[in-house]
Parts: sequence; C-alpha cells; structure tokens
Amino acid sequence: MSLEIKNLKVYYQTLRGQVKALDDISFKINDGDILGLAGESGCGKSTFSNSLILLKAPMKYIGGEVFLDGKKLPVENYEKMKEKRYKDISIIPQYALNAMNPTVKIGKYIHDVFAYKNFSYKGVDNELKRRLKIVGLDEGILNMYPIELSGGMKQRMVMVIATLMNPSLLIADEITSALDVSTQKAVSKMLVEFRDKKFVKSIIFVTHDVSVLYQIADKILIMYAGKFAEIGPAEKIIHNPRHVYTKLLVKAMPEVGIKFSDTPLTGIPGHPPLLIDPPEGCRFIDRCPEKMKECVKEPPVIKVGEDHYVACWKEVKKNA
Amino acid sequence: MLEATNLTKEFKVGSFGRGVFKAVNKASFKIDNKDIVSLIGESGSGKTTIGRMILKLTQISGGQIKYNGKDVSDIKNKNLKEYYRKVQGVFQDPFSTFNPIFKADRIFKMVKNEFYPALSNKEWEKKLDDSLKSVGLNPKEVLNKYPHQLSGGQLQRFLIARALLIDVELLIADEIISMLDASTRIDVLNLLAMLKEKGLSVLFITHDLSLGYYISNKAIILYRGVIVEMGPTDKVFFNPVHSYTQSLLDSVPRLDMKWDEIPKRKKTYTDIVSYIPGMSKRELKMTEIEENHFVAIE
Repeated sequence: MSLEIKNLKVYYQTLRGQVKALDDISFKINDGDILGLAGESGCGKSTFSNSLILLKAPMKYIGGEVFLDGKKLPVENYEKMKEKRYKDISIIPQYALNAMNPTVKIGKYIHDVFAYKNFSYKGVDNELKRRLKIVGLDEGILNMYPIELSGGMKQRMVMVIATLMNPSLLIADEITSALDVSTQKAVSKMLVEFRDKKFVKSIIFVTHDVSVLYQIADKILIMYAGKFAEIGPAEKIIHNPRHVYTKLLVKAMPEVGIKFSDTPLTGIPGHPPLLIDPPEGCRFIDRCPEKMKECVKEPPVIKVGEDHYVACWKEVKKNA
Repeated sequence: MLEATNLTKEFKVGSFGRGVFKAVNKASFKIDNKDIVSLIGESGSGKTTIGRMILKLTQISGGQIKYNGKDVSDIKNKNLKEYYRKVQGVFQDPFSTFNPIFKADRIFKMVKNEFYPALSNKEWEKKLDDSLKSVGLNPKEVLNKYPHQLSGGQLQRFLIARALLIDVELLIADEIISMLDASTRIDVLNLLAMLKEKGLSVLFITHDLSLGYYISNKAIILYRGVIVEMGPTDKVFFNPVHSYTQSLLDSVPRLDMKWDEIPKRKKTYTDIVSYIPGMSKRELKMTEIEENHFVAIE
C-alpha cells in the first residue's frame, strides 16, 4: 500500500464561513499505480493535491489521516512536512511553466534547491544528466535560462527536477492542460516511463481531461464538489461507470468520430453547488436526472466490483 | 461569403525590428454560407492571428480578405460599423471580456445605442429576450446581474447572444470553450451547431481536434502559419495525407484506444515529405488530391 487517505477534510477559511473544498475523502492506491484524479473546476482536486504537500492558510486542516508507505504523513504540521517534501512526496505544480527562477541558470537553480534542502548535489550530478537524456534534453540545458526553453521542454525539466530524489509519491497537477496535443502525448508517456523505471513509486495525475487519464492511468478517481464520487480501474470508469455523474461526464466528452449531426452529445445542466453551504446528502442532487428520495441523505461508499467503489444511492438500491 | 487569398502576417522581431517573423504565410481559404469551419493548430501556429485579421483587429501584411466580394482592408469609418454588424468575434476568456462593474443590461444597452438607436425600448426588450432565449438563457435570471455572479458557460453564451443581437452572419469563435468545464462546454458547442441551421457561419478556432470534428463541416490544419491540409472534416480526419495532420491525429487521447494500440499509418502518398514550414526554402503548393481536399505538397 503506497498511499492511504482516511477521511481527509480540508476547508478554506473565509470571512463568510468555511468553504468545504475537500470533505471526507478516503481511498487507497497501490505501489506502482498511476491514479488519475478528475472532476470539474472547483471540485477540490487541486485542494487535494496541495493539501498533501503544502497545507497553508487559507487552507485549514479539519481532520483525517494520510499514510505514505505505512507511515503517517503529518500534513497538518508545516514544519514536520519539511523533511518529507521533495524527498518522499513531490509535486509538479500547475504553473510548472513558470516554476523555475527566471534570473538564474537552470543548473544553478537545481544547486540552490539542493542547498536549501541540505542534500548533497555531487551524488546526483550523474543521475541528473542521465535523466535529462531519458526525457530527451541536452546537458547544455543546465547552462540556459528558463526563458530559452519551450513550454514542453520546461515541463520536462521540472519533471526531472521534481523526481530527482526518487520520491515515493509524485503529484502531477494539470501538467498537460497547457500543452499541445503532441507535447501532451510525449509528456504523459514520459510520466509513465518514470514510473516504469521506478524513479517514483506512484503518481497522482490531476486533470479535468478524462481522455488523457484513460491513456495513462491505472485507476481513476472522480470527485464532485469536494466529495468522493467514484474510484475504479480506468477501463471500468470509462466504459462501465456506475455513478450517475461519472456517466454523464464521460458521455459529454467529444471524440474524433462523434459529430453533432449524427450523435449530438449533451452536457450536464446546472452548475456545481457553492461549497460554503452545500446541500445535505449527495451534492450532485440538484443536477442529477435520476435522483431519488434517499438522495437527501449522505450516500455510503459501496463496493461494486474489484477495486471499484462508488458513492451513489442508485447503486446502493441496485445491490440491496 | 468570406474568401482569403495568400493571407500573410509578418511581425518584426529582433533588435530594431530587423528580423521578420511570418505568423501567417500565404493562407488561402473560403468560408461559405452556413459553414462551420474549424481552424486547428497548435499554439503559435497563427490561428488567432487569422481570426484577428478577419475582425480587423490586426493589419494585414500581404494578400487579402474579401467579404461578400469586398476587400476588407478597404472598409473604413462608416462602413466599418456595417461590417461589424455582419462579422463578430467571441474570445477565449469570458471572465475578462466584461467590464466587472457594469451589469449585464448595460452591456446590451451599449449595443442598442451603437447599432439600433431608433428602436423603441419595448421592441428592443423583445429582441433581447429572443436572443437570450436562443442561446438557452433565461432573461430574468441573467439580466440585472454582474459578471461575477454568472458562470463561465453563462458568460460565454452571453457573448454569443450579444453577437446575435446584431444579425451577425459570420462569427469568429476563438477558443471559446477552452476555459469551460467538460459538462458545460458541450452545450455551447451544440448552440453553435444549432445556430448554423439558422444561417450563421462560424470560424471555429481551436487546438482541440475532437471539438473541431464534433461541429465543423470543413477543417483547416495550420502549422507554423502555413495551411498544410484542408477540406471536408471527414476527409481530413479519416484520410489525412500530410504527415503533420497524421501525427496530430495520432496524439489525440481517445477513449476507445490507447496510444500504444494505434496502428501505424501507411504512407498513401509517398511524395509527401514531412515539411517544416520556415525551415525549408522549398515552395509548397496546395494540391487537390480528392474532391475539395487540399494538401500542401512540394
């Protein structure tokens, strides 16, 4: 078991009250898994990935536990997390394209990171060059400024830096969203290669694009309005989803081969609830076309297949 | 209705503008009545520049754009308003297009003052209601609200409604759904396709191939400012000839097949070299390889 999340709750403290951005999330991922995390904007996916690595105000830890490789991860303690960050758990942030210091050369920047962390740079020098080769970058890049690189090159560079200490868990937050299709493919495949080469043990890949997840993820977790909706093997989530929201979400994905004139797709009417005062029970209730009277109560998480869990009253009824 | 011939845009680069960067290089294409044309390209391929040139937001460096037979760059002063009555643009970011301190009504009021000063208030309100309803918005819900009170999908539809108010014929839609969520973007797309039935033409600028395929009947593939392939959507997507189009299509994440399972494409036309515009001195010619399907070949 590489990562286990138990009832994690993280809220945002605002003047008008608490925004329940991450409400009672629990799941597990195995060693070597790539977990895809998908959902609409504002569903809490970035809150989740940030809370694992840097939980700072206005984020507020409310409860829950995180275990990494069997050891408790002190997410709520900023100081204690310092020694875990980068070494055990690392992130490629959403803004990776401007993550590097623009005023120093990339090689110097890596030195700086290592000096700050009190790690020895000498030991990794050769490894760094080897990995640059793997992602198709030249050694000379270390003597360049970030501005001299293209978007895809920067993304690959940040990927190499983030995984240099062989962290147990890597979080990739929307890393392909700003890239073109061909670069997107290259970067995603590299991430899989990093996992295969054991540079990282497991990966959480956060995105709003379900079709990319189908390409690289082993498991997919769907979130809705800060709540857990469904988790399961990628194949199952795409081709046999159980939660009503997942079904609608997958159906709304346009694909090459689907035309408006032949098979018009439908979106999901309405928009997600405000998380400052979310509805009781299932949070999808206002937009759900198949809602029942039970839906005003909190749906339990039930098992519907191997490694496939869902929180939807419809499934509870079906299996009862 | 719109015809571009050898459309070129050059930007001066380098110190004192000594270098020349061709953002768009001799692009020729046509948009007919009731066409939805998707203009597909990666970032920096010049797709937005083409849209801006049609909207007269950027000057043309070479070639020309003809709208209903008239050269667009000759349209000036009074005629410009007439032109904008027919051709309108909607852009990527709906959140920053609106003035945040104006209520929605005021935005529409500006349209009235500008284009329909003679119309009575009652007639105007009816027109406004119709146009909002045609984009699927409830006028009572959205008028009298500030932009921050509306969602991205609502704002984007607002912009389309505003364009429709003035009997627009051609809509330049520049990445209009890239900022929207998967669950709402499809509604905006469907709206465009429905408006097409009513006689609207759309230039749909996007980097997302599946969205382009979904609504357009013609596709133009742009690479470094050069049109490498264009034609009816089905022909371009299912019988791509240029190696760039092929590699682009093979990179699209699909839900029915993984990247590794995609079969290698057979080279159908062996004389097509993988040509990198700007790197090579060779001239390309648009060649019709089947009906209406053009490919840039040496």
